[in-house]
Amino acid sequence: MFYREAGQFKTSYQSDQAVFPIFQDRVFIALWLLLAFVAVPLLANEYLFRAIFIPVIIMALAAIGLNLLVGYCGQVSLGTGAFMAVGAYAAYNFMIRADLNPLICFLLGGLSATCVGVLFGIPSLRIKGFYLAVATLALQFFTDWTFSRIDWFTNYTPSGSIAVQPVEVFGFAFDSPLKKYFLCLFVLVIFTVIAKNIVRGRIGRSWMATRDMDVAAEIIGIRPIYAKLSAFAVSSFYIGVAGALWAYIHLGSWEPLAFDINVSFSVLFMVIIGGLGSIVGGMLGAAFITLLPLLLNQLPVWLGFSMSTAMVSHLEFMIFGALIIFFLAVEPLGLARLWQLAKEKLRLWPFPH
Amino acid sequence: MKHSLLFKAGILSLMLFIYGCGQDSSTSSTESAGESNTAASSTSGEPVAIDENSHFVPVLSYRTGPYAPNGIGVANGFVDYLKVINARDGGINGVKIAFEECETGYSTARSIECYERLKTKGPTGATVFNPMSTGATFAITEKAPVDKVPLITMGYGRSESRNGSVFPWNFPIYGTYWTAADVLVNHVADINGGLDKLKDKKIVLVYHDSPFGKEPIPLLEKRAEMHGFNLIKIPVTHPGVEQKSAWITVRKEQPDYVFLWGWGVMNSTAIKEAAGVRYPREQMYGIWWAGSEPDVRPAGDAAKGYQAVSMISSGKTRVHDDIMSYLYDKGNGTGEVEYVGQVLYNVGMLNAALVVEAIRTAQGKYGDKPMTGEQVRWGIENLNITQEDIDALGLTGYMYPVQLACSDHEGKQAARLHRWNGNTWEYSTDWIQADNTLLDPMVQTQADAYAAEKGLQTQACES
Repeated sequence: MFYREAGQFKTSYQSDQAVFPIFQDRVFIALWLLLAFVAVPLLANEYLFRAIFIPVIIMALAAIGLNLLVGYCGQVSLGTGAFMAVGAYAAYNFMIRADLNPLICFLLGGLSATCVGVLFGIPSLRIKGFYLAVATLALQFFTDWTFSRIDWFTNYTPSGSIAVQPVEVFGFAFDSPLKKYFLCLFVLVIFTVIAKNIVRGRIGRSWMATRDMDVAAEIIGIRPIYAKLSAFAVSSFYIGVAGALWAYIHLGSWEPLAFDINVSFSVLFMVIIGGLGSIVGGMLGAAFITLLPLLLNQLPVWLGFSMSTAMVSHLEFMIFGALIIFFLAVEPLGLARLWQLAKEKLRLWPFPH
Repeated sequence: MKHSLLFKAGILSLMLFIYGCGQDSSTSSTESAGESNTAASSTSGEPVAIDENSHFVPVLSYRTGPYAPNGIGVANGFVDYLKVINARDGGINGVKIAFEECETGYSTARSIECYERLKTKGPTGATVFNPMSTGATFAITEKAPVDKVPLITMGYGRSESRNGSVFPWNFPIYGTYWTAADVLVNHVADINGGLDKLKDKKIVLVYHDSPFGKEPIPLLEKRAEMHGFNLIKIPVTHPGVEQKSAWITVRKEQPDYVFLWGWGVMNSTAIKEAAGVRYPREQMYGIWWAGSEPDVRPAGDAAKGYQAVSMISSGKTRVHDDIMSYLYDKGNGTGEVEYVGQVLYNVGMLNAALVVEAIRTAQGKYGDKPMTGEQVRWGIENLNITQEDIDALGLTGYMYPVQLACSDHEGKQAARLHRWNGNTWEYSTDWIQADNTLLDPMVQTQADAYAAEKGLQTQACES
């Protein structure tokens, strides 16, 4: 009834090719932005900012980055934790050795991850699928080793753990949770807009062609070396920036273990559960994987059950695992697909025939 | 329509599941409510509700995951002591202690979430945090000064944080890793008849590859350089169940001593592997986190003769009797009764005792009402526990006199060693003093480096 495009005529190519051609979608996105930029800052407390919104936003950025590679270009990667680590350690070293503006350091962190990404993307030209996943896994172990064994990267701190400097841009310190939230949110919005436009354009189409059938893509004139390596480059840039933000904005102090193989897995799960080849899927997946355990952990207390923390924790693991299987069984294409189905149903509602 | 059917089935099973859990726990909660009724108005070990007249003590614990066997003991001791203070003394000067546990699974990310969740609870916010993990301590150290909550990191955390002018909110009371490492070096020197006899000896450090395990390295390297012994460092990846290659190296090198810097399942695995390569356990020394029952029991007879630095050993004293009579006899104990009196249980208890005494000290200045984090910080810094206090608390032999100051947030740079005889831990040495003339400059250098990197304004300690 409300969600119907009848009567919305497109009179120019521009309006036909808009990101959101349907008026209701534009309203919906505007409402979301309003919620994120106005309602949340007004209503949320410190716990929500520091433990919920900031981690979800940063993880959403990482998931979008990985989705560009896995979902759009079809190159399976288990090196997300490694790219995040490269971004974080590079940002730290630029900050401490070159004393640059933190925001520039974050971007340089992303660029460093890009270099590593392109380098470790080269095997993708010869190997595919599981074999490529194993090759990126090697990168994960390599960075784990590098950052815990080569003391230069951690500025010779005795314990190998890094404590970050305050993030200050032109005398403006991002010290309160609210300011940090806005910083992350701006980064996410800008990067999302860029990602959406990349995947709609020539580069994105060449990625998708490569994903769907690389031989056919080559025959119609897409050079796999450019398509695959550009996917690795853009994806690692996103993930590198996410890693720098994760380290500087969320953690504040970290050890190599903060970017271990578990991070790679959980971001990959975010992408799979959120929906491969969908920008919104990255965000939904990040929210799902980050928030559900916390929710399950606190639910018994809210409902008034008195259980031991160990019991709650065990239940959390069991229900979390069961829900992942459940969602994948119901909709293997992820939460983004569920969202799309809901929209299609809405177009016909309340008269389905 | 297959989807909706599956969906309904899923929802139904979920509801059934939740209902099942609810039933299970609701019966148990009615039981405990009944108990508190029979105990009537007399003080019982029931959890105190967080209300206007209570101190809130957050408890970060890990009762699940690879470190659970060790984490459970610490958590039980900590919580039992808080309970017995409520039950026996009616709180601290009449103000009860409310607490809430949060499960971290020894994960740093989860610890931060727990910290954020608990820091504003209670009438005055969290009084003091005990992160119970070195990784979490590093992370929370960055947040505590902003939130004005002190950290007690008894026997773990940053070694340089004993410097109160750079780390006003950190209190590594009763020992840092540098202290422990120096105690061990001094001990092996004593055996050999002096530090100069350590020349050309070979010492292997088998360590947990994390900030916790790496912490002692600067001190050991310094000592190695000073006395000419050979230090070989072997990292073990978290959680430490795979150590074959480490112990093959030990067999190849045949070191004079092995220092074990492990936690959780890593310790018992190390002892078993040592037995596997026939490395004598008498020449193995653990950190205090590698010297408790769960570390040696799984290794069986192989662990006999193994020694570890000890903050506190196993055994029972008057306060344990109180815990039995006030809590366990009434069914209000936190865990299984076997834990009471084990090494890690006593460690948790000692840690809680420090929290309680810090709050008591703060109350001496600010009055008998719930304390804020800032007030408790003053209380910890001005902590002065005498032998008489300890006797009055019933902790004789399980707590040591300690006096803190801005310049010394550690309070005690000495420790004893204890040995596993196959059944229990027993002290094998007298107090061994760490060398402060060596530690002080190192702490100062490292703390200055930290302050410089962070651009901190440090305040020099008065006096």
